[in-house]
Amino acid sequence: MSHAASAPDVLSALAVGQRGRVTGFTVAPEQRSRLLEMGLTTGAECEVVRFAPFGDPMEIKVRGYHLSLRKNEAAGVQIERL
Amino acid sequence: MSDPPSAVRHIAIAGNPNCGKSTIFNVLTGLRQKVGNYPGVTVEKKTGRFFGSHGEPMELLDLPGSYSLQVRSPDEAVARDVLLGRQPDTPRPDAIICVVDASNLERNLYLVAQMLELQIPAVVALNMVDVAEKNGIVIDLMALREKLGVPVLPMVATKGVGFIELRQALSRTPLPPPPFCAQMPIVLERETMALARRLPVDPAVARGEALLLLTLHEQALTELAHHDRIVIEDTRAAQARLHTAGLDPTSAPVEARYRWIGEICAAALHRGGGAFGPSVSDRLDGWLTHRVWGWAAFLAMMLLMFFCIFTVAAYPMEWIDTGIGALGRWLGGFLPASDLRSLLTDGVIAGVGGVVIFLPQILILFFFLGILEDTGYMARAAFIMDRLMSKVGLHGKSFIPMLSSFACAIPGIMATRTIENRKDRLVTILVAPLMSCSARLPVYALMIAVLIPAASALEKAGIMLCMYLLGIVAAFAMAWLFKKTLLRGETPMLLLEMPPYRLPAWKTILVRMWERGFLFLRRAGTVILALSILLWALATYPKPSDPATSPADAIAQSFAGKMGHAIEPLIRPLGYDWKIGIGLIASFAAREVFVGTMSIVYAVESGPDEDLAPLRDTMRAERRADGSPVFTPLVCLGLMVFYVLAMQCISTVAIVRRETNSWRWPLFQIAYMTSLAWVAALVVYQGGRLLGWT
Repeated sequence: MSHAASAPDVLSALAVGQRGRVTGFTVAPEQRSRLLEMGLTTGAECEVVRFAPFGDPMEIKVRGYHLSLRKNEAAGVQIERL
Repeated sequence: MSDPPSAVRHIAIAGNPNCGKSTIFNVLTGLRQKVGNYPGVTVEKKTGRFFGSHGEPMELLDLPGSYSLQVRSPDEAVARDVLLGRQPDTPRPDAIICVVDASNLERNLYLVAQMLELQIPAVVALNMVDVAEKNGIVIDLMALREKLGVPVLPMVATKGVGFIELRQALSRTPLPPPPFCAQMPIVLERETMALARRLPVDPAVARGEALLLLTLHEQALTELAHHDRIVIEDTRAAQARLHTAGLDPTSAPVEARYRWIGEICAAALHRGGGAFGPSVSDRLDGWLTHRVWGWAAFLAMMLLMFFCIFTVAAYPMEWIDTGIGALGRWLGGFLPASDLRSLLTDGVIAGVGGVVIFLPQILILFFFLGILEDTGYMARAAFIMDRLMSKVGLHGKSFIPMLSSFACAIPGIMATRTIENRKDRLVTILVAPLMSCSARLPVYALMIAVLIPAASALEKAGIMLCMYLLGIVAAFAMAWLFKKTLLRGETPMLLLEMPPYRLPAWKTILVRMWERGFLFLRRAGTVILALSILLWALATYPKPSDPATSPADAIAQSFAGKMGHAIEPLIRPLGYDWKIGIGLIASFAAREVFVGTMSIVYAVESGPDEDLAPLRDTMRAERRADGSPVFTPLVCLGLMVFYVLAMQCISTVAIVRRETNSWRWPLFQIAYMTSLAWVAALVVYQGGRLLGWT
């Protein structure tokens, strides 16, 4: 987390096949709770599987299962690229 | 809340959506199931009797599938309340079966972690071990049992594997409460215990309940109805202290649970080499969510569904129609001509029959919805449709209910239960009946015939298509409007599990289809019966003094006829006369009644075959006092538009009443849809006249 300290990467910026590890959240608290409960906790690794035909929402793989979420919310999930 | 010692043990079955919980429930209970409602809410309560390995009777309660005990939907609230023993009419379970999908162990264990905190004896049903194995996942059962501290039973529910062991595990008495659960950070644990001591609940559940309270957000805390102010104030104070200590009570327990799950999985879960290659499901998704093929597949599936609904259902519908006719004649045959006979044949049998006739379509629709749900395709449909739906502030999950409403709004409205957000569910329910259902087809067919007697198939299809499009546009526009005004809210968050595709469990689908079908009949039945009788009375009384009066004159003198006259000033701007008014009033119960009522009003003998020609010609020949035709093209178009938009279906009203648990929303729905229909028909008629058409 040294060279990209100014603007941390977010989940929505990953391309298909790229992977990242969750470092923090900027979404509203209620939304954060839901993301956490679905397994997207700090330290969890995820991989972008695909984007829907209109480019949104996106599907990721986390904790061994597939989850889809909108880019809007994924933009509030900070990650470090793996 | 200690229960008196009873012979029957109460077992609850819980698990994430898509974990195979329903299959286990169905296998255990067979057909000894009861479906009802929890008091005061519209969440389904499903129970069934089964027997342990020594033949001891047990009552199994199916808890709604959820990812967490943190409450976000009415279904989840019920699951939590039952487990905490504060759901009226439902005793706190003696044990829980936690169903877990072995191929998705990590996320599934989250709910288990929460359950174990409630100190109810639990057994974990590790379902779909065959799928896990195929995916290269190896689960060390011994390690998993040791770490969780509760019995873990490998199962393949769809193949009947593991049920003997499950029964044996449940027959063991006493089942000890779970010895372990996720360890919370020390500050949090201290606050939890302090709050637990002040809760006026059973000490066994106090810690679990305290932890659930501390995890609540401010909004949810304010809406909490179960506790008095002191508890809420205590919770707020504890949350504030935790924040000062640098710990977020809304996220710390979640992370602690996943940390514990991480340790369990490190010891018990081994992913083989095959796990990271693209699975069959991944490859299928490459096609089914593809930007070209995905749409093609979606369209093909929907076409197949509607084809079956409109063609296959036609046969049973005809049998029902014949049966109802025969029943009416049979009753009419031995009852003397009287008001009672008229009430039974024209009121009850015709009215209820007019609704029952749609049952085949409804069942086929439920069948397809079951397949879409069970195979995992429903999540993909929501995934590819979400972008469109979010434009009007809705969720991808609202799409299937709206689509189903093209066949019939009832299954559509019942399918909205998967929508977690209450406001979004309401918006979807409110706009779903704007989709042109199959009951409108007879009305469209009649009006098109009057409009263009020799219409070619292409012209007919074109006009029909326009009516369908009008319904769609209206539904989206109204959804957008409601989300902006009455049910204002953010576009809901989409957080959708994409379960791997699997073959449907046919038995589960068929059982669910029958359940839903009967639920519809039972729920709507009473209202339909009552309104059918009312409408019959309106069309029958007061009776003409001269018994030789023709049916057309009799209906003209009845209350319905008087009401037709009474609403004439309201409908005259639309170009309608009082006779059409009678049709509108009569078809309040069901749209297709319009055709039959028009036959009576215009005294057209309906032939044995469903030939519209005599009625069509009579209607075309109908003249006003000044000699101009009543059914001008503008009136015909306006009437069709009216039927697209108006809420004329008591079954839907009854279902909306049941699903929203109040009369407020169905009444509002009738009001807004009728107003919308009136305004639109007015625009067509008056606008057309302004443009110089007649």
